[in-house]
Amino acid sequence: MIRSTFAIPVVLGLLSLAGLVVALTGDGWRDILSWAALSAPLLAVLWAASRRSS
Amino acid sequence: MTRSAVRAWYLVHKWTSLVCTLFLLMLCLTGLPLIFHDEVEELAGGPPPLAGPASSSDAPGLLPLDTMLQRALAERPGEVPLYMAFDNESPLLTVTTGPAPNSPETQMTLMLFDRTNGRLVAPPGEKGIMELLLQLHTDMFLGLPGMLLLGAMGLLFVAALVSGVVLYAPFMRKLDFGTLRTERSRRLKWLDWHNLLGIAAFAWMTVVGVTGIINALATPLVDQWRNGALAEMTGREAGAAPLPPARYGSLDRAMASARAALPGNDPQFIAFPGGAYSTGHHYAVFFQGDTPLTKRLLTPALIDAETGRLTDVRPMPISMTALQLSQPLHFGDYGGLPLKLLWAALTLFTIVVLGSGVYLWLGRRQAPLSLRLAEVTSGGRFEPQPSPAE
Repeated sequence: MIRSTFAIPVVLGLLSLAGLVVALTGDGWRDILSWAALSAPLLAVLWAASRRSS
Repeated sequence: MTRSAVRAWYLVHKWTSLVCTLFLLMLCLTGLPLIFHDEVEELAGGPPPLAGPASSSDAPGLLPLDTMLQRALAERPGEVPLYMAFDNESPLLTVTTGPAPNSPETQMTLMLFDRTNGRLVAPPGEKGIMELLLQLHTDMFLGLPGMLLLGAMGLLFVAALVSGVVLYAPFMRKLDFGTLRTERSRRLKWLDWHNLLGIAAFAWMTVVGVTGIINALATPLVDQWRNGALAEMTGREAGAAPLPPARYGSLDRAMASARAALPGNDPQFIAFPGGAYSTGHHYAVFFQGDTPLTKRLLTPALIDAETGRLTDVRPMPISMTALQLSQPLHFGDYGGLPLKLLWAALTLFTIVVLGSGVYLWLGRRQAPLSLRLAEVTSGGRFEPQPSPAE
């Protein structure tokens, strides 16, 4: 696992911000990119929750 | 991080959170259904979408604006027009009227029309559940003081987010990202969930928090713009007496002057004289930009309401640009249904962060501060015991 406390949080934060902004700049593929980027925090939480039981 | 720094940030986190949590829970619970207000209104039997050219265009087949206004005023005899707003997707056109040019929002009446045939699509009705939720979310039915209070709560929320991230550092020092210790104790389980959800949704919560604060300041920002930049646009005509509604000139002539000043752009709405978005004697026609990026940034063309001649056209100052960009970024309504679903999921994360925060505080609020700080710096391995009183 990456030891630096903020490595993953910074990546999640940048992806979230990119997702929030890119959908503002247009429709179509920009919306799809936005959904993918803004899914990152959700996927990180799902990953942590699924790992917990193992 | 030094012990005294942890102590200071801990106290900031505790107090900013405690003050704003109940308000934030209310905002999350009302905001959650509001994300889907379009879908809900459609399901609840709202008017079906209209077919035809966009009411914001000047396509053939659309009725003149003067005709539309006459239709609206016939529905509300004795009232004056306040706003006329356009749609980019359909011939839907809305007219807002009120008893006087400066009527407050509570006295306004909104009517929906079809601009291809002049028919009233939806008569003014009782406020629906969504409007009530929106008002609770905006000002708790307290008007401007309520908006400013919620803005202040937003400020505390952002301070709680920042201090929470600062405390995340000593807490996670020896832990991997995503650590969830669910077996050891209920307290440790919720402490880990609080940290994980809080850090994962931090950027989104900050954006929605900051844009919420800006939206809460809408009234003073608009007032400042009207008395400053907008008043400057009137130039020589500044200080002219307010124009009585009986002398309002043709809207179509005014729109033609405005379109000539901003060719290629379509209007989003017209603000009539005497309201929050215009002067006492102008129609302010707000145009959308012609690219996706500038579509949300409005440019007002100020038209003499009596003669229909252009007075000035000027972009809005940075404060109004910030206000306009804050709306989509707060509502999440700008990227289709998937974006709304993500918005809802992140709102649920926020609710869990708020709820677990209250639970963590309630559980050990009587333990000595030094022990609660030890819990933070040990990453939760040290758990303060409940006080004997409990």
